[in-house]
Amino acid sequence: MATTAPTTGVDERVRQTPWIRKVMARPELGAVAGTILVFIFFAIVAGGSGMFSALGVINFLEVSAQLGIIAVAACMLMIGGEFDLSIGSMIGAAGVIIAIPAVQFGWPLWLCILLAFAVACLVGYVNGTIVIRTGLPSFIVTLAALFILRGATIGFTRLITGRTQVSGLGPLVEQDWLAPAFYGQVGYPIFKWAAGAGIILARPDGEPFVQGVPMSIIWWLVLTVVCGWILLRTRVGNWIFASGGDPVAARNVGVPVARVKKGLFMFTACAATLFACVQVLDQGSADVLRGVLKEFEAIIAAVIGGTLLTGGYGSVIGASFGALIFGTVRQGIFYTGVNTDWFQVFLGCMLLIAVIFNNYIRRKVTEAR
Amino acid sequence: MKAHLVGAAVLASGLAFAGTAFAQDDLRFVVVSHGQASDPFWSVVKNGVDEAASELGVTVEYRAPDTFDMVQMAQLIDAAVASQPSGLVVSIPDAAALGDSIKNAVAAGIPVVSMNSGSDVREELGVAVHVGQTEYEAGLGGGKRMKEAGVTKAICINQEVGNVALDLRCEGFADGLEGEVEVVAVSMDPTEVQNSVTAQLSNNPDIGGVLALGPTGAEPTLQALEQAGMLEQVTFGTFDLSPGVLQAIADGKMAFAIDQQQFLQGYLPIVLLKKHAQYGVMPAGTVMTGPGFVTEENAAQVIELSQKGLR
Repeated sequence: MATTAPTTGVDERVRQTPWIRKVMARPELGAVAGTILVFIFFAIVAGGSGMFSALGVINFLEVSAQLGIIAVAACMLMIGGEFDLSIGSMIGAAGVIIAIPAVQFGWPLWLCILLAFAVACLVGYVNGTIVIRTGLPSFIVTLAALFILRGATIGFTRLITGRTQVSGLGPLVEQDWLAPAFYGQVGYPIFKWAAGAGIILARPDGEPFVQGVPMSIIWWLVLTVVCGWILLRTRVGNWIFASGGDPVAARNVGVPVARVKKGLFMFTACAATLFACVQVLDQGSADVLRGVLKEFEAIIAAVIGGTLLTGGYGSVIGASFGALIFGTVRQGIFYTGVNTDWFQVFLGCMLLIAVIFNNYIRRKVTEAR
Repeated sequence: MKAHLVGAAVLASGLAFAGTAFAQDDLRFVVVSHGQASDPFWSVVKNGVDEAASELGVTVEYRAPDTFDMVQMAQLIDAAVASQPSGLVVSIPDAAALGDSIKNAVAAGIPVVSMNSGSDVREELGVAVHVGQTEYEAGLGGGKRMKEAGVTKAICINQEVGNVALDLRCEGFADGLEGEVEVVAVSMDPTEVQNSVTAQLSNNPDIGGVLALGPTGAEPTLQALEQAGMLEQVTFGTFDLSPGVLQAIADGKMAFAIDQQQFLQGYLPIVLLKKHAQYGVMPAGTVMTGPGFVTEENAAQVIELSQKGLR
């Protein structure tokens, strides 16, 4: 006597997992737990100190955004199974490439920006090619690139200008058509209205403290959304996960692993250039020492966000939350009144606690009962 | 259970820090400088800040970026403004990069005092007063001192031509000496400095005075002078202190060192800001902390204080 399975109603043989567990099991949202923990901590300790005023929020969001731009790219590369330690040096190099032709030789800024991106693609391509061809760990190859790029930046800058800082971009930025896409703030009318309505604080002269959302934050959000969509919804994203998970098996199945990795290296170099654009055009000056040790911060943000160091698993949304945690802790320490000598101890401890908590939540949620 | 342990740790650390964060009854000032407290020069500044804070009974927070990073420093200034202190002290090594943040602080109604660097942009940025040593006047003082010692021909050893501050020092020196001054451009490499100075001395045996612009230039120059046997005939002076420089002065090998007295650059702004908060008074212009001259007479005292981190 055959019985048909009920077509309506729930199949009682399948265990029901509450939707919240399904949501938390994703690598992205494990990082949210760490973020919430950090915010609760600062709400307790530094609640009334101005950290969560509009200006304070924009302040730590801006730090997170700048880190987030490179963390997202570093995360994609780590998912693909490689590291790029030359990001920091690329930031310095790109900054100088944008500034020197504009200030010294009178090139139009948009041309300098495009030149910087072109050089970044070249550097990324070279990094990727050396890694693929020689089979050496990308850690070593990009470490060499770190030194070479930084040295070239210092050498060329001193050779051409005799200084280590190139300033004077301020007036040039306003006249250019491409530059405003990277600097400044958007949304002034909204903040002016909010200050008038008393929602956010206003300065004694009537202007709001916060004049707009900085472009770095916009770029961070755009990059996160676009990269997240690429990773999770497109074929290229599958290729990236496959290249990191098992490159040999991926190649056998027909994934163009070499092209994927070269593309990822070019992407991280371009992200470093985007970071440099945002900084240099906002500050109006470039410095040969910009970006030192930023590559490690990017990797830290990606790891906090749940990306494995061994590749094949991770999430850019997690990396963005990792950057948010990092930025919040770094700026938030300031509001707790801790003596400056103990800053780094505090930073390290907070990061460790956030990562342990993150890990704990993820394990609790994903383990089978 | 692990969750309980983590939660307890978070609460415990939170309560520990809450104590420090809520002492907001008295005045609170923030110092944002470009020098890390681990740097020996800036450590003296921070000691000045701490001593002023304890003597006046105010809370002062000292912030600096991890490396010489103007972007991070601007972010620290913005964070300081967001925390709404009663006063802000900043050093301004790069007016272009920090200008916007400082203008925001001034527009927010926070009294701003600058120290150490940025005397030239004080009015433009709306800073109330500058506490520090202006380079030209310091060079001028050094030149006058050498003129009194009877020097008519001297060389100025500049290890970074193009650095506006150092160029001003040599310029002031030349104007103060009112004699013949040649600027010798060298690099930061000590061997190269020593060789360049030796060459200069052998080409011009009638040089009466030598001025270095910092310990990086002074210490190799001392060796060059010793090797050339010209220590007796030459009046040798330098800017800024270091253990090697102080020892040379104590031994009589160096005539003087121009001390910018950075302890005062940390101490005085706090005093000025507290009195401004209490009575609304504020000096106008620049408060010069230098040039202070360290010579053989006071070298011993200065050595003792510099070992305590006070000079």
